[in-house]
Amino acid sequence: MKLNMVQAINLALKQEMEKDSSIILLGEDIGKNGGVFRVTEGLWQQFGDERVIDTPLAELGIVGTSIGLAISGMKPVAEIQFDGFTPPALDQIISHVGRIRNRSRGRFHLQMVIRFPSGGGIRALEHHSEIMDTYLCHIAGIKVVVPATPNDAKGLLISAIRDKDPVIFMEPKKVYRAIKEEVPEEEYTIPIGEAKVREGDDVTVIAWGAMVKTVNEAREKIGDKYSVETINLRSLKPLDTNAVVKSVKKTGRAVIVQEGPRTLGFAAELIALINEKAFLSLEAPIKRVTGFDVPTPLPKLENYYLPSVDKVVNAIEDVMRF
Amino acid sequence: MPRTKVPAKSDMFQILDPEGNVLDKKLMPKLTDDDIRKMYGYMVLARKWDEIAWNLQREGRLLTFAPLTGQEASQVGSAYAMEKDDWLFPMYRSNAAMILRGMPMDLLFQYWSGDERGLKIPDDVNMFTIAIPVGTQIPHAAGFAWGMKIQKKKVGVVVYFGDAATSKGDFHEGLNFAGVFKAPLVAICENNQYAISVPRSRQTASETIAQKAAAYGFEGVQVDGNDVFAVYKVTKDALDKARNGNGPTLIECFTYRLGAHTTSDDPTKYRPVEEVEYWKKRDPIDRLRKFMVKKGIWSDSDEQKLLANVEVRVNDAVKKAEAVEAPKPEDMFNYVYEKATEQLRQQMSELK
Ligand SMILES: Cc1ncc(C[n+]2csc(CCOP(=O)(O)OP(=O)(O)O)c2C)c(N)n1
Repeated sequence: MKLNMVQAINLALKQEMEKDSSIILLGEDIGKNGGVFRVTEGLWQQFGDERVIDTPLAELGIVGTSIGLAISGMKPVAEIQFDGFTPPALDQIISHVGRIRNRSRGRFHLQMVIRFPSGGGIRALEHHSEIMDTYLCHIAGIKVVVPATPNDAKGLLISAIRDKDPVIFMEPKKVYRAIKEEVPEEEYTIPIGEAKVREGDDVTVIAWGAMVKTVNEAREKIGDKYSVETINLRSLKPLDTNAVVKSVKKTGRAVIVQEGPRTLGFAAELIALINEKAFLSLEAPIKRVTGFDVPTPLPKLENYYLPSVDKVVNAIEDVMRF
Repeated sequence: MPRTKVPAKSDMFQILDPEGNVLDKKLMPKLTDDDIRKMYGYMVLARKWDEIAWNLQREGRLLTFAPLTGQEASQVGSAYAMEKDDWLFPMYRSNAAMILRGMPMDLLFQYWSGDERGLKIPDDVNMFTIAIPVGTQIPHAAGFAWGMKIQKKKVGVVVYFGDAATSKGDFHEGLNFAGVFKAPLVAICENNQYAISVPRSRQTASETIAQKAAAYGFEGVQVDGNDVFAVYKVTKDALDKARNGNGPTLIECFTYRLGAHTTSDDPTKYRPVEEVEYWKKRDPIDRLRKFMVKKGIWSDSDEQKLLANVEVRVNDAVKKAEAVEAPKPEDMFNYVYEKATEQLRQQMSELK
């Protein structure tokens, strides 16, 4: 059936909850209201107040109690309303979520998911358009998953819920209703750490989350001029290093598209990886298209900030003409 | 052992009943007829602002926008009690208080239409920027108030927040600091009974929000937030106390958000119409108008004149805001540091 990302995530939650009664959802406005993006629509009605739980407004509380719930034997799937409101929870995420297995020498582990609408491009208010990937990837012990399509979202979320380690699940809000595609009704999983490659020969373009859509549009625009290989990473941590290295060894050229601020962004990590594993195959310096090192601007300037189709096309032209 | 009185629901402070009658003349604050008409004017202006902003948003001329309809008495009553040198720390729903304290309406429109330049509060307006992340402004206000005390300035500081903000660590930590350092802070919780869809009962198991002050070692008052005189009086007393070095106060304005949480919200999903109808009968604007009419200081023609006047003022502000040229892309780099770093200058050149 054809679903958008909101529907695909909703279906994944519903199917997993039907099978496993220890899965509970926690968050702000996720119950009767069905979430501010309607991702949990209908789940409160189906599973009741004990499993779809509106909490007090406290992100640190949501994540902190999720740790305790997980250790007690529940499987919490916590929603933070926007990634701009994950900072209050970072104390718990950094100091505890990523460390429990290690600190307890394997006695305790956290089977929990923290999911949230992520990134910009929807003309939102302040603190509603940031992207937290860089901060989160820096924390040992957690996985960071970023679906780009409805199909990705369903299969990856089911994997995340079943994973024995804590998973951060970043849902690109710009994509929520922008793409509809065929999503299997039955449950399926996509392994966390496997990128999705669309083949080409001349240049590798790497992206994740909402930027995959931008890259696909750039690929359309370039048409037959160059044969573009695109990689949708789907998971930043763990990273599918093989897919990246293999592709760049083949094409010899790479463009990386990253939504957030440039400095220390995940693009920098990818450039380091390519440098370490595929340097001798390179025929041009790697280009990155990123946001700037400024606070995410309000909508009147947001389009100048975000990587656009044109910026990606220009970057591809640059590395091809080098 | 001395005990701090813990306010319970039954202690809610009121002066005006919903029909606009004064419950006890002795409680009535000293306000001239002119003051009262001004307060009413601000309340009506704020409601017109909401109405026009809502329509603009629907036309795509504003981003998401949070109306305050129903909370006019909480904001106008408290902000009107402030003295010239006092400071205000607003949240995203504080438009009425902000306008009353001198924030130009066109700047507010500019901000809510997605332009940072609307956040540049004029130098002569004692106000901090609008907090969007819930509750984060409370420690800022506590620190500012503390700073005023250290510098021996007789200034009161008012911070606004909603009932859900009291669930955050920021509330606890901010009020705790204010208590420990006896900061001249007046913390005003506009308890409009909802955090988007989540009812007040999901934020705290305590009977009132005001009673939380007892744990921080200072006074908490619950006041009828739809009664502009009651709000004015408790805020004025709290500010006098603060300026005189007697520490902070927590004020819970018990009120109701008559409209949607924001333009993206559909309140019919989570609350019954009868509840909204009940509160419409307790409308703070109607209540004050009834009082004024009974007192003989307000007529139909005053009302008509005021309605026409606020409409013109709000529309003028919209026109002014929309006449401003679009921000230049470079603008996003200009205030990151005192002086842009080399890296930022390079990034800025990529805009060309
Ligand atoms: C830290 C944080 N989490 C979540 C949000 C999203 N959000 C915006 S307003 C709101 C409800 C706030 O309710 P309350 O504090 O009672 O104030 P009200 O909006 O009712 O005036 C939520 C959840 C936010 N802005 N900040």
